[in-house]
Amino acid sequence: MPIAGSGIVKMLPGRKPCKDCGFPTCFAFAMKLASGGVTVDKCPYLSEEVKDKLLDALAPPIKLVTVGSGENAVKIGNEEVVYRHEKTFVHSPAITLRISDKEDNARVEEKIKKIKELQFPWVGVNLKADLLALHFESGNKDRFLALTKKVNDATDVGVVLISEDMDALFAARDICADRHPLIYPITKENIEEALPRIKANLTPVGLRGKNIEELIPLTTRLKDAGIEELVLDPGSKNVLEGIRDQTFIRRAALKQGFRPLGYPTIAFPCFLAKDGLKEMIAGSAFINKWASIIVFSDFDQYSLLPLLVHRLNIYTDPRFPMAVEEKYYEVGEPDESSPVLVTSNWALTYFLVSSAVEATKVPAYICVKEAEGLGVLTAWAAGKFSGDSVGTFVKKCGIEDKVKHRKIIIPGKVARIKGELEDALDLKWEVIIGPRETTGIGAFLPGFAKQLKG
Amino acid sequence: MGYKAPIEAYTGSVREITIGKEKKSLKIGGENILPFHSFDEGSNPNPAKFALEILDMEPQDWPEHLTQPFKDVIADPVKWAKRCEELGADAVFLRLVSTDPAVKDSSADGAAAMAKKVAEAINIPLIIYGSGDDKKDAEVLPKVAEACDGMNLLIGPVQKENYEIVGRALLEHGHNASALSPLDINLLKEINVKLCKFFPGEKIVIDPESAALGYGMEYSFSLMERVKQIGIITKDNMTMMPIIADLGGECWKTKQAKENKEQGLLWEGMTALSLLLAGANILVLRHPETLKLIKETIEAR
Repeated sequence: MPIAGSGIVKMLPGRKPCKDCGFPTCFAFAMKLASGGVTVDKCPYLSEEVKDKLLDALAPPIKLVTVGSGENAVKIGNEEVVYRHEKTFVHSPAITLRISDKEDNARVEEKIKKIKELQFPWVGVNLKADLLALHFESGNKDRFLALTKKVNDATDVGVVLISEDMDALFAARDICADRHPLIYPITKENIEEALPRIKANLTPVGLRGKNIEELIPLTTRLKDAGIEELVLDPGSKNVLEGIRDQTFIRRAALKQGFRPLGYPTIAFPCFLAKDGLKEMIAGSAFINKWASIIVFSDFDQYSLLPLLVHRLNIYTDPRFPMAVEEKYYEVGEPDESSPVLVTSNWALTYFLVSSAVEATKVPAYICVKEAEGLGVLTAWAAGKFSGDSVGTFVKKCGIEDKVKHRKIIIPGKVARIKGELEDALDLKWEVIIGPRETTGIGAFLPGFAKQLKG
Repeated sequence: MGYKAPIEAYTGSVREITIGKEKKSLKIGGENILPFHSFDEGSNPNPAKFALEILDMEPQDWPEHLTQPFKDVIADPVKWAKRCEELGADAVFLRLVSTDPAVKDSSADGAAAMAKKVAEAINIPLIIYGSGDDKKDAEVLPKVAEACDGMNLLIGPVQKENYEIVGRALLEHGHNASALSPLDINLLKEINVKLCKFFPGEKIVIDPESAALGYGMEYSFSLMERVKQIGIITKDNMTMMPIIADLGGECWKTKQAKENKEQGLLWEGMTALSLLLAGANILVLRHPETLKLIKETIEAR
């Protein structure tokens, strides 16, 4: 719950307009502070105490935490809404692969390979998992440290270190401290012993409670000690408890402005489900329900892709339509007599058209015209899908070299651009009015393709 | 500042709808909390239900790993429906895909007879969908409604182009209506408003269109989440109906689901769980293993 300008102004000195902050009045300065457009230090007359209070009040309700370093650094937290339709989710959760030090060398190598190599191109973005979690289970500290060192040398991804044994935990931390690892779990039992050692080489800290209440004194204690990069594990034992705990934490942070729970969370589907597919499904629920680090015991190309696409979907900003690149796309293996369809570049439009075309098994070209990510009819209404502009695009996209025929199919909803488009194409193309909805493509395309081959 | 669990309470509630009759019936809706929020004030008397989808003809484009559980019965809708019942479905969802003019354009009378046979053969309720071709559905669905007179089935999709003719037939023969609108909250309310002029709101189920993972799922997710919230939190009468998520077909249409069984199950499963979390009251799935996966995930204690 961000503080309002009216709340801030009460904390400002209220000197008769000194304007030293660059604003005409304290009130104007306060309003700007509240919207994040200026920093607190612009007012030279604040006591340290008031300044701290203000900084605290102005901090984002969910702390931003960085795990990992360099280009593999993963930022989590800083979220602003409970539901994605209220605005958008910001920092997508880190998909994390767990390696136990009980696993043999071949398994370890395989998992290191997975985190490096399992990558998927998907509508213009590259999807991949983010972190490795190294779990001390063998009872042999040297073995755990050797694993840590191996991973540190073999990859540059960020890591989560999991160890109930504090000596092993901090020794592993020291091996990869410059990677900014998350150390886990700090609990009410070990916090006092751990505190000086955390401070000795500060990295993000994962806290585990048996429930939400148990986390509160822990975050408070660490914050008082100046340690603020915290990640919460409320100890959920199944997906339903997970939904409850994540909901309470998110509501407490955002709706109640309750600072002690204003941190990102970690979830462990790897400990909730035994069966591989069930683990992935459980993990997917934590993508919808706000976990910021989600740890899996294993995945392969077929189970990781759905999860990553799921994350992409949920963390897509609903205020900006997803768009695909302007160009012609090939469905199947089209040749010089395959049909040519044209549509706008809203990702959903493109997906629907391409999957409808694919379902007909007719190889075809889909020319996707840039239209600010709008659907066809909206794009036409906004002047982004006029006959002229579609014509210009068709000429320059290269489709004229790919097909011998000169027939182009437009969406039935914009039948009215037919004449203008034919003019823009110098009357060299015949414009065919296609179905109004993508659901009509199945009935339309095969017959049309036959005619073309004809 | 002390911590007080942020429990919420709302004033709206979703209408409770019964599909089927007597022993062959199930209830959906009736909740006054958001999905899975049993920690809030209120309750959900009817946890989400799962239907398995069958077609009225042998599927042409289903991958082998999807037909496998049904391969000995897939040419016979009655046997196929019984298999779904054995596999733990709460309901059978029959799609009359053969009636589509682009498929076989089979007759309305034939479809109606088939629907009746399936409905009578199983001990769980039946949901019947036409092909989605609004003109053909306007012929087919009234015949189906008549053939299954008094069975209190859920029949759809009722669309803005055919709501009058289909809606009146459903009303006359005592069925529930599944009102379909294309991924848009205003169109969704519009069809409900139109339908409610002569059709009881207590017998309408919302089908807001369910896109598959990677193919617009986020739109369906956020739309359902909003519809549920507008109903339960702000008490909008035209959105306080249960939601059906007809997602199986969309998922198994994708290249990714067809390519590999594991990937297909997750494609369908993650879409299903997302829409469940968004507020769907009944889900239509194709693969029985997905059904099992989802049930076990949400029932795990």
